[in-house]
Amino acid sequence: MMLDVAWWIIGVGLAFDLLGCVGLIRLPDVYNRAQAATKCVTLGTCMLLLGVAFVGFSGTSVPMGIKALICAAFVLLTSPVGAHAICRGAYLSGVKLWPESVEDAFGPRADQIQQQPTQKGAADREETKAP
Amino acid sequence: MSCLELIAFAVLLLSAVLCLYRIGRGPTAPDRAVSIDILGTLIVGFCCIMALATGRDYYMNIAIAWALISFVATLALAKYLEGRSYDA
Repeated sequence: MMLDVAWWIIGVGLAFDLLGCVGLIRLPDVYNRAQAATKCVTLGTCMLLLGVAFVGFSGTSVPMGIKALICAAFVLLTSPVGAHAICRGAYLSGVKLWPESVEDAFGPRADQIQQQPTQKGAADREETKAP
Repeated sequence: MSCLELIAFAVLLLSAVLCLYRIGRGPTAPDRAVSIDILGTLIVGFCCIMALATGRDYYMNIAIAWALISFVATLALAKYLEGRSYDA
């Protein structure tokens, strides 16, 4: 019974993984691809790990279940942060939005960031170069 | 290894091939960075299906380490893409 529930959860997670990767192929620009793929694959992998945790707690091996839950927490914390960082880097490096995009909420803030003239690191390097 | 586990491996392999297509084809560098991030998350899934198929729990250690290291790699790529200094 527990095993059936676990395999159903794993099956739904696999479907999410596959659909996220189809979105990575089909969508038009970086930002769309990043949001589709990241959300779907994060949820799918978390469901795979949850299914493994069910199998582990139902008698195979309790440490395996605990590790699966820890790993699910890590994936849930790190994957959206990584995708956000990449999208921010993509915008600041000048990748254009899809022409049919409706709203560009990060635009004014990006201009503000790019107009800041110096960075702390560059200033430090200038100081060390001076003498 | 049962039939269900083989199907799970096949679906994950298909997803990984789609990611590899985007890495090879992707028109800009951020496309490739996003695909590499997704591929890392898929490998975590591979590791947990491996743990089910073999019944050994050290595959979950690999999955935890892979999740954290792929996060660090993603952040480094993102800071590189911003084209600014690393410590600003």
